[in-house]
Amino acid sequence: MSEGKPKFDRNSNAYTIVFTIILISVVAVVLAGSYKFFKPYYDKNVRQEKMTDILYTVGLDKAKLEQVAKTKGLSLSYALIQQYFDQYVKKQLALNDKGEVLKDVNAFDINLKSEIKKDPHKQVYPLYIVEYQGKTYYVIPMYGKGLWDDIWGYVALESDMNTIHGIKFGHKSETPGLGANITEKWFEKRFIGKKLFDEQGNFTGIDVVKNLRNPEKYSHKTDAISGATLTSNGVENMINERVKHYIPFFKKIKNSNHVEK
Amino acid sequence: MSKNKSKEILFDPLFENNPITVQVLGICSALAVTVKLMPAIVMAISVMLVVGFSNLIISLIRNYIPMRIRIIVQLVVIASLVILVDLTLKAFSYDVSKQLSVFVGLIITNCIVMGRLEAFAMDNKPWPSFLDGIGNGAGYGLILIIVAFFRELFGSGTLFNHKVIPQWLYDHGYINNGMMLMPAMALITVGIIIWVQRSLMPSLTEKE
Repeated sequence: MSEGKPKFDRNSNAYTIVFTIILISVVAVVLAGSYKFFKPYYDKNVRQEKMTDILYTVGLDKAKLEQVAKTKGLSLSYALIQQYFDQYVKKQLALNDKGEVLKDVNAFDINLKSEIKKDPHKQVYPLYIVEYQGKTYYVIPMYGKGLWDDIWGYVALESDMNTIHGIKFGHKSETPGLGANITEKWFEKRFIGKKLFDEQGNFTGIDVVKNLRNPEKYSHKTDAISGATLTSNGVENMINERVKHYIPFFKKIKNSNHVEK
Repeated sequence: MSKNKSKEILFDPLFENNPITVQVLGICSALAVTVKLMPAIVMAISVMLVVGFSNLIISLIRNYIPMRIRIIVQLVVIASLVILVDLTLKAFSYDVSKQLSVFVGLIITNCIVMGRLEAFAMDNKPWPSFLDGIGNGAGYGLILIIVAFFRELFGSGTLFNHKVIPQWLYDHGYINNGMMLMPAMALITVGIIIWVQRSLMPSLTEKE
């Protein structure tokens, strides 16, 4: 080797320790620095995805947003998505478990991941009330556990606060080709039109069943993904556990509607 | 270092010594990320950069690395580069980074990276090491892109998410082959590429 050899004994313990400390410090500084640099871009992407997901559940998918933007001669940007979001989302509420609206909490910034670890009485529940094409939708953000890691999603209920109008799932690391298929449109379709309450108004939730034949016959059951039973169970638990907490709020709205009538 | 030698180091892994088809390394991720062309290309570029720069860095410090912990040092360098790639993707190519999901992180375990560090960068100067890394990454990426091309074309009837199979073919009863989307067909596609390559390059066939 032509380069100068180091003067130290490369195999001594002291050298190994010093080398490790230097290497780790350099790596730590480089990674911490780049994380700080990239974080704002990443946060922006996450916010944008959150807004598009919420709009998606009420029927405003990205293609539609792009179309609207095109008619105005604009391309779909972060600012534009923010503008549409503000336009269609009439209210962003933060609720407690009694269905009361908390005034000083920003619903959009609630971190569900840390929220679901708390006691249900202490949690804050975000709710988006969206108006699109003259109809009101209640969009509930969800967060839960899949097979390998976290799963999340948004479910839009129609103005009866019962029928699922649209749904969107996301996951961190479900198995590609199996559990990861919860993000596919064909899986979302299995939930549309399903009801979460029975005719007496009792909460039934949704049942995601293996090998369900003719799922369109049932209003509280739907078909699971074969080969991804645990992810499907995760989806079921997530929907049922999350929506349950909004029942007090829904009851309040229904009661106040009766009074108005 | 003669110019010819550099050329050889760079282009040899593309065909004659391809990491996937000849050395049969990095097959796992090759099966996973080749459903669509776009993620395959991003993965190819990511691996190329990671192998190239980890080779370069390891080669630069090769005379200072304590031999007893060299594998750990290599892993630290690879892991940091992979995290940098992951952060960049998440910031500037969010949708693709979601499709690649865990596989960017799994570049760390890609045998090609560690293999090149041990086999080449530990004993060679920085510039040839860098070329060797870029060459091997490109050889890996080339196969990825070929496989992804066929899988997306026959599996989804699209290329880069644009429809390329004309509608009249569908009207006449053509359907996309869902099998192509399964990992098994990726393995078979890789097999076919190996077959074609071996019949074109007799030197690769084992003597009986």
